[in-house]
Amino acid sequence: MERIPVLRMGPLLLITIQIDMHDKLALQLQDDVTQRISEWGSTGVLIDISSLEIVDSFIGRMLANIAAMSRVLGADTVVVGMQPAVAITLVELGMSLPGVRTALSVEAGMELLYGASSLTQSGIADERSEA
Amino acid sequence: MNELAEIVSQNEKQISTEWLRDMEKSTQRADLIGKTELEEQCRRLLNAVVSGIKTSGSADISLPGWNQARDLLVEISGARARLGFSSSEVATFVLSLKQPLFSAIRRSGKGTQDQLFDMVWMSTELLDRLALLTTDAFIAAREELITRQQQELLELSTPVVKLWDDILALPIIGTLDSARTQVVMESLLQTVVATNSKFAIIDITGVPTVDTLVAQHLLKTITAARLMGAECIISGVRPQIAQTIVHLGINLEDVITKANLADAFSLALHRSGRKIVREASTQVNPISKLFGKRED
Repeated sequence: MERIPVLRMGPLLLITIQIDMHDKLALQLQDDVTQRISEWGSTGVLIDISSLEIVDSFIGRMLANIAAMSRVLGADTVVVGMQPAVAITLVELGMSLPGVRTALSVEAGMELLYGASSLTQSGIADERSEA
Repeated sequence: MNELAEIVSQNEKQISTEWLRDMEKSTQRADLIGKTELEEQCRRLLNAVVSGIKTSGSADISLPGWNQARDLLVEISGARARLGFSSSEVATFVLSLKQPLFSAIRRSGKGTQDQLFDMVWMSTELLDRLALLTTDAFIAAREELITRQQQELLELSTPVVKLWDDILALPIIGTLDSARTQVVMESLLQTVVATNSKFAIIDITGVPTVDTLVAQHLLKTITAARLMGAECIISGVRPQIAQTIVHLGINLEDVITKANLADAFSLALHRSGRKIVREASTQVNPISKLFGKRED
């Protein structure tokens, strides 16, 4: 059975979605991510969707769910490399993924996660309110 | 009806000569269309009219027998609309056929007075309908032109400019409607990907009014950019617009808004860890010194 690989990079999990998502795959991914976070004690999850060209509301909800689940387990989630068409589709579907952090590239996403893990929770809040 | 067709096809040469002469008298616009082309158009139209009368046997130009004549007229008036003819000039093209046609009917001298009247009425009705069709086609061609120009204007009026590394600006001029928002959103997001920019400043100084719909469009654009990992700042909020936004109860709390582009730009610079510093050696204008530390 095909499966989306969940890679470990130090304290982070790297997930690259390179095939068209279908519902079963998405559910499998949710299981895998939560499993790995608790197993390896990861503090950040990076999901690269730069090769994802088709989304529907289910995939959108799946991304939001993974982010929420990771947060419960103590890991930050960053979604990187969303295509313009995908972003427009999600907005038109009314899904703004409020709890998910985003970045343009994997590099920027890494920076975000490393920056976040070196700060305390209150530190992040202060930085945000300052701006 | 067939008599009319006969009369026209028998006197075709004379009718078209008179027709051309009539048009010369009224409006021919030799500056826009050549004589040979005009003659060719007249000949083709006359032929089409003859075959229309023959095949359909009536002056009702919506019948399938008139297809050829209709298509030809639509083509001719469309071409003239693009050449810059006025609508009356285009209609006159058909209407000036009336007199030559009536003369031809009179010359033929066929039938009784009643029959002649019938024929005249039929041809008058026919030509009026053809003239109306011409005008319709003319307007349709013009409207097509206007739509295309609107489209071009739409594409021209949404430039995305790069202010600095990582910082884009999108000055919006004119009212934001759904179609325009789509173009704006797409060009902004494409540029964000192409230049890998983390900040996008949407400047709405040139947007005359902001109502709930415009605000919703803006929020959509901002959300889409955020999903891709770029942060949006709205700048150029004029005092009246700020009042309108509050009165309408539009929630822009999740969005950073600034009064002008300069403020938004400096915020974006600050966020990306940059700073603009005045060179120490630059002489400050002595007069401004007198008025205190304005520059700070």
